[in-house]
Amino acid sequence: METQLTLLFFVLVLSIFLGFELISKVPSTLHTPLMSGANAISGITLVGALLASGSGFVSQPLSVLLGTAAVTFATINVVGGYLVTNRMLSMFKKKKAE
Amino acid sequence: MILFEQFNSEIVVNLIYILAAMLFIFGLKMLGSPETARRGNLVSASGMFLAVVVTLLDQSIIDFSFILIGVCIGSLIGFFAATRVKMTAMPEMVALFNGFGGIASLLVGSSEYLVGFDPNSALLIAIYLTVLIGGVTFSGSLIAWGKLSEIISGKPFLYKGQQIVNALLLGFILLSGLEMIFFQGLFTENQFQILGIICLLAFTLGILFVIPIGGADMPVVIALLNSFSGLAACAAGFVILNNVLIVSGALVGASGLILTNIMCKAMNRSLANVLFSGFGAVTDTATGETADQGEVRPVNTADAYLILEAASSVLIVPGYGMAVAQAQHSVRELGELLEANGAEVKYAIHPVAGRMPGHMNVLLAEANVSYDVLVEPEDVNPIMETVDVCMVIGANDVVNPDAKENEGSPIYGMPIIETDRAKTVFVLKRSMASGFAGIQNPLFFKSNTRMLFGDAKESVSNLVAEFKG
Repeated sequence: METQLTLLFFVLVLSIFLGFELISKVPSTLHTPLMSGANAISGITLVGALLASGSGFVSQPLSVLLGTAAVTFATINVVGGYLVTNRMLSMFKKKKAE
Repeated sequence: MILFEQFNSEIVVNLIYILAAMLFIFGLKMLGSPETARRGNLVSASGMFLAVVVTLLDQSIIDFSFILIGVCIGSLIGFFAATRVKMTAMPEMVALFNGFGGIASLLVGSSEYLVGFDPNSALLIAIYLTVLIGGVTFSGSLIAWGKLSEIISGKPFLYKGQQIVNALLLGFILLSGLEMIFFQGLFTENQFQILGIICLLAFTLGILFVIPIGGADMPVVIALLNSFSGLAACAAGFVILNNVLIVSGALVGASGLILTNIMCKAMNRSLANVLFSGFGAVTDTATGETADQGEVRPVNTADAYLILEAASSVLIVPGYGMAVAQAQHSVRELGELLEANGAEVKYAIHPVAGRMPGHMNVLLAEANVSYDVLVEPEDVNPIMETVDVCMVIGANDVVNPDAKENEGSPIYGMPIIETDRAKTVFVLKRSMASGFAGIQNPLFFKSNTRMLFGDAKESVSNLVAEFKG
């Protein structure tokens, strides 16, 4: 348990550094798609929501209800986030060289 | 044998989670250039798809009916929101999605808390943080959404004793955390009570945190809440001990923080100043003292056309006013005509020009402006003297020379697009009213400035007609 937590903390710290490195290379022209894409990625909490929602209504009614609500919200983020980001990015075009 | 298989499948599942995290990272890396960005988004989406599919194979899931209901409703809403939203309303949508991310993490944390697992303080801390950050993100985002869509007044809302109320609230939040993690039943009768109290306190904190902040500062707030929604997912990752949640939550958290920092720098203000000062609530005093600046020099369309026709380099400086007037398509048309006429046309975009980071770029991309002619202030300021004509369309504070010259100005020190150094400046403006921050703009009175009064779309269309005629 303790070693697992320590490892996860290690992952957290490395991810934060990696995040700063990656994101600072995103040009300002793409900052809005970056934010809507980040919305979609934060929908990853769907993974936890699925486990709660599928734990069986008879044995865990409360967990299932909360989990299903979480699944709904997280899915909105995932589906809506990726679709709207794609929609925006498809508008970014470079004029063809004449 | 069974033990061996379980051990094996757990390793496979975790490896796939790591693969999903890698796809998120590659997706973000590909967002580094507009050429690869769209594919990057697909890579990231495929990472999400992998993570979801491998989770569905988990043996602890015994009933798929509720999952199906949630996924169907969520997909439907997400699909319609994404395909219907107007590009001018992107800040509202991102604000709302920040909130959804927060509440989803809060619900996951709550569900884990209430199923009665083996209580240990590390998990309890993670649950407490998930619920707290998720709750603040949710209610704060709803208020930000309300302010952006003007359901709630965009004015900063300040009241007496604000700091005392905030301090008390923070005290209660700390106390409730101690109760949940360590005392466990000293003040409350059961888990439902303490969880309910923490949710309520978190929601209140979110509301009180965003409501004092003015509408003009909402870009900073959305970026910060974007970061919070990631941190909530990250905390939820510690609750269910899942590495992919931690990695992606941290990536989103870092992204939001960087954007927050960029926006603050673009306004030359600290985050604390944005969050706590209620900027714009007291600027009435600043406008009074700048009464006598000289006179403005209006210009009509025909004369403006003659100057533009002779120009060999034109810099367009758009502000949110351009999008409000729906002028971006006419502006793009004018830009093309100027290029056909032999002029070099660029668009200088200030980081706070739109209502969220990068917003103006999206609005121009929607109007088919090629992304390689969109430039940043630090690219054009050094060569401003060589620019024949600057066209300021619906922008005001981001071209205000007071930011450089007038130490008494509320925006002194803010990086601006130094249009006043161009040979000629056209300012397209409806009237002489002051901008978002309520500050007078000496640019309008400079000798090289010409005011083209009227609706931005109409003025630009008239110029387009002159070029065609």
